[in-house]
Amino acid sequence: MEYVIEMLNIRKEFGTFVANDNITLQLRKGEIHALLGENGAGKSTLMNVLFGLYQPEGGEIRVRGEKVNIENPNIANELGIGMVHQHFMLVEKFTVTENIILGSEPRSGLTVDRATARKKVMDISEQYGLRIDPDAKIEDISVGMQQRVEILKTLYRGAEILIFDEPTAVLTPQEIQELIQIMKRLIEEGKSIILITHKLKEIMQVADRCTVIRRGRYIGTVEVDETVNEDSLAEMMVGREVNFDAEYSKANPQQVVLDVQQLVVKDSRGLKVVEGLDLQIRSGEILGIAGIDGNGQTELIEALSGLKKPEAGKILLNGKDVTGFTPRKVTESGVGHIPQDRHKHGLVLDYSIRDNMVLQTYYKEPFSKRGLMNYKAVAEKAKALIEKFDVRTPSIDVPARALSGGNQQKAIIAREVDRSPDLLIAAQPTRGLDVGAIEFIHEQLIKEREKGRAVLLISFELEEILHVSDRIAVLYEGKIVGIRDPKETTEQELGFLMAGGKRGEETV
Amino acid sequence: MNKLAYNRLLIPLLSILMGLLVGAIVMLIGGYNPVQGFSSLFSGMVGSPYAIGETLRAAAPLIFSGLAVAFAFRTGLFNIGVEGQVLIGWVAAVYVGINFDLPMFIHLPLALLAAMFAAALWAFVPGFLKAKFHVHEVITSIMMNYIALYTTNAILRSVIGVTNERTEDIKDSASLASPMLQELTTFSRLHWGILIAVLAAIVYYYILQRTTLGYELRAVGFNKHASQYAGMSVNRNIILSFVISGMFAGLAGAMEGLGTFNGMTLSASFTGVGFDGIAVALLGANTAVGVFLAAILFAGLNIGGLAMQLGANIPSELVKVIIAAIVIFVASGYALNYVIEKLKGNRKKGVEKK
Repeated sequence: MEYVIEMLNIRKEFGTFVANDNITLQLRKGEIHALLGENGAGKSTLMNVLFGLYQPEGGEIRVRGEKVNIENPNIANELGIGMVHQHFMLVEKFTVTENIILGSEPRSGLTVDRATARKKVMDISEQYGLRIDPDAKIEDISVGMQQRVEILKTLYRGAEILIFDEPTAVLTPQEIQELIQIMKRLIEEGKSIILITHKLKEIMQVADRCTVIRRGRYIGTVEVDETVNEDSLAEMMVGREVNFDAEYSKANPQQVVLDVQQLVVKDSRGLKVVEGLDLQIRSGEILGIAGIDGNGQTELIEALSGLKKPEAGKILLNGKDVTGFTPRKVTESGVGHIPQDRHKHGLVLDYSIRDNMVLQTYYKEPFSKRGLMNYKAVAEKAKALIEKFDVRTPSIDVPARALSGGNQQKAIIAREVDRSPDLLIAAQPTRGLDVGAIEFIHEQLIKEREKGRAVLLISFELEEILHVSDRIAVLYEGKIVGIRDPKETTEQELGFLMAGGKRGEETV
Repeated sequence: MNKLAYNRLLIPLLSILMGLLVGAIVMLIGGYNPVQGFSSLFSGMVGSPYAIGETLRAAAPLIFSGLAVAFAFRTGLFNIGVEGQVLIGWVAAVYVGINFDLPMFIHLPLALLAAMFAAALWAFVPGFLKAKFHVHEVITSIMMNYIALYTTNAILRSVIGVTNERTEDIKDSASLASPMLQELTTFSRLHWGILIAVLAAIVYYYILQRTTLGYELRAVGFNKHASQYAGMSVNRNIILSFVISGMFAGLAGAMEGLGTFNGMTLSASFTGVGFDGIAVALLGANTAVGVFLAAILFAGLNIGGLAMQLGANIPSELVKVIIAAIVIFVASGYALNYVIEKLKGNRKKGVEKK
């Protein structure tokens, strides 16, 4: 069997930390090879070594049988290795064509030869079945389209080997299916693909083989055929059995806790992105909001948490009007909030774990008295919380920055849940976390529900919404366009609603 | 020692050494003898009771201006307007010092409070503009410096009535001068200000590390988004931070007006105390102890420079070169850190190869 890429016994260290310990990955020509591992397992490090961003301390890389020394990304490009980044590297104000040719423009004299460029882009797009509008601006096209532009960029530069870094994280279910078709087409055209992911379903669907790494170590490479299934892959990845279909107890909804009426919120550009939204959540239930990023989720959260004043409409909490309250007054009215961006909004990363645990309550007794902090009481609180929620940290005095993503999120949840809020808003609570941490966080949400709290879950991961919610509200262009029972709906139906499809359902 | 604290100490110390090295090189290029130069520089800094007295005397205002800059830094703001706030504090202190006739235990505190209050008011402006209209504080506070410079001259002429370049002396009851300290240091101009500076450094530490306000200010400084999410008022903290920073700056002016000069002189240019405060805060890593030590070092270099000119015939401007070099090395501490890591890494690799 011919290998186009062989990474043999790669070792990469950062100081005393070994990110890649003796990892081997061999990519056959014309295959889709999945690279599976939890967050922090070393997937990105390995790919950055291949792409020339890091120099390995040990091991060797062979491309088409020849030993190579990839010192920088330019060499990777010359070797025909292209990377489709998870966070797109596109110029918003440029057109599709301009973005694709950027850096290697066809020229005529001193100017860019736009006609040739456009033709070349169209040719490639046709050859691989990547439908795009070459003259549209990036800011005007969907995320799925933007990803195609990223793929075209690598193809335009002559990539034979494509690395996809978590490509489905930002896509709708329909777009994911389209991407899978694109990947299959690329293989037919003779390309080889490395797919970095932690989504097992996708691996089962497209990958020919799968290499699993765990905590920087090579676990093994398996053929993806009938002998493997999601459970066995998960076990390889995590190192223990994982219960995916944990059956949670049934919801027992009581009185209405949050009642949002005809809410209108503008975004930072002054556009109305939440437009007449109605929503009710009862105590003892988890309401999941499904929707594609950018349909008003952020602004809805900001309005609910008091960060943004709504233009119109009402927010009632336990029957009390809290519209336009400051964040502190909202918090004091009984709202807990796990923010979407835990680094930017959830934690003060340079503060110790101790200090982060009282970010909302520091001004209250016993944490402070007559304007003076009582750090002893704060430390006691922090110790109790990290123990109760199993936050893994060497001590409460290390900066929050030093913790892993999962433990940072645990710390936030500990802090928010500890205040016993009537309403818990969880925005993308498991983003970027590994299977173990996701399990833990879902359990916490269920626990809160069982305590009779109302939980609002906002997530771009349909699987998560379907798994945890008692009711699912679909958000599209700032409105709830449908409410579904997770037991009676499908990803397809939700995806259809999320994309603005109508089925004559009444708005709720 | 943990790695962070180690680096926080290592970089300033290394920067000082490298700054002195640059000074030595410049001396050599200029045809001077560095050994002679440094020996007269150091003896001018700390070589005699008089030198120590003068160094501490010059350090007092730098400690205050350093604390002023550092306080704003710690809360995520760059108060480049300390210079102007120093001038305003100075003129306010001198005004009270001249125009009131009170017993000392009221007069002196009143003059100090006037300096603090006036400078705080001056610092309030950029803070308010930032909080209310998102005007960048660097721009406004720089401009406020110029306004302060010409405003103080105008006040000196019209309100205090300076006709002859300089105000009359402040009343003794408002003076920080101490015959005892002067005698102790063989008649340097050392005054009680240095003790107030020690007190201020303690207050600085206390506000930031012990009070609820300090917890809030630092949180906003580190991450204003998370602080806002958590219910803190970012705008209120911005204004407060500027006001407190201004109070420290005002006291720097009071040191000059009530301590060293016993009055104020019309001036066409800045004092430099406020700008030096930026360097002091930088070298002192915005900590109370660091600012205190850095201010003494810079003050000592400035004072020692005069001795160097006399003793080794080297222009005293050379210390400006040394100070500037130190600042550049500290500011590029990140790069320096990188070099240190690299050296360590190479050493490790070398060992492995063997």
